Amino acid sequence: MKTVFVTVGSTRFDELIESVTSSEATQVLKFRGYERLVLQVGKGSLLPDADSCAHLSVEAFRFKDSIAEDMKQADLVISHAGAGSCLEALGAGKPLLVVVNDKLMDNHQLELARQLHMDHHLLYCTCSTLTETLKNMDLSVLQPFPPGQPKNFANFLDKALGVK
Amino acid sequence: MLLFGLVFSLFLTALLFLLRVYFVLNSGSNHPPKTRSHVAVLVVAGSGGHTTEIMRLMESLSAAYTPRHYVIADTDKMSEEKIVAFESSKPQSHTDVQFTINRIPRSREVAQSWSSSVVSTLSALRYSLPLVFRLQPDVVLCNGPGTCVPLCITGLLLRILGIKKVGIVYVESICRVQTLSLTGRILYLVSDYFFVQWSSLRDKYPKAIFLGRIV
Repeated sequence: MKTVFVTVGSTRFDELIESVTSSEATQVLKFRGYERLVLQVGKGSLLPDADSCAHLSVEAFRFKDSIAEDMKQADLVISHAGAGSCLEALGAGKPLLVVVNDKLMDNHQLELARQLHMDHHLLYCTCSTLTETLKNMDLSVLQPFPPGQPKNFANFLDKALGVK
Repeated sequence: MLLFGLVFSLFLTALLFLLRVYFVLNSGSNHPPKTRSHVAVLVVAGSGGHTTEIMRLMESLSAAYTPRHYVIADTDKMSEEKIVAFESSKPQSHTDVQFTINRIPRSREVAQSWSSSVVSTLSALRYSLPLVFRLQPDVVLCNGPGTCVPLCITGLLLRILGIKKVGIVYVESICRVQTLSLTGRILYLVSDYFFVQWSSLRDKYPKAIFLGRIV
């Protein structure tokens, strides 16, 4: 079943949950072939019911020890701009749409999402443009995000410290 | 006369101390390293993303980096689990202690104000001083949580006092693209090897080492 996984990390982002479960957004998702919507809502006040959407099956939870399995099963990840969530989705090799909370003041978390967007690793929108973005998005433009190379760090340190 | 002598000797001590600090900060990595078979590492784990990043770096280090002394905030259960999981995946062939976990009070909660950060960092020195003096690491490795600062300052102090040449290795988080974290800005001044993971930061901070993304 083609699945969308929505995650807000450790924060709350009711506006995203509201937008993504709106009848317009779910209709677009349905049209694009998605059938299942999994929502991680964190500390938010909205925890939608299983039958809250006419177009898709909905599952919602607040927190889990690990969302790795939800990431793995997803065909599309919609996330807040948090660095941890972005890196986890890209690390799992999933197409990622980041929804920026424009009600929050600019914080350093946005730096990474913005850069990853400029480098074509993710798509980027706000709640008010979510439906429009879902309608027009072209996931094929996204570039894979290569994993980091800690070995380069280790080699550098070995040489610098004179480790044999 | 006595007062003059006292002031003069205080002045002289301060001057010598400052000279020593200047010398220590500038000697850094210019000397060719002596070869060594073991490096004792003090690893500062933060919370959440910081711990994930530092553990990826630890995974890449060879067995020469032994023993590994982890420092975590006393409120941090998650990091402890990650450390224990990582350490128990390593071969346990030696009889010596290969790692320790050390808890200190958290110095800077997220969104804590700067002035109260200063106070809690100073109070964290009370715990950092005995810890670092006891463990005497060759290297302090850290990547951003506030607890890094008192530990690195203590490492520096060991060097200033001529007790041990403690190297300070700082890796700025992958999250930092355009600006350094507060911890990064402080430790840029005292670290021997300061890594950034985006070229835009290397361009702004000439001392920074850029090897691409390393976590």
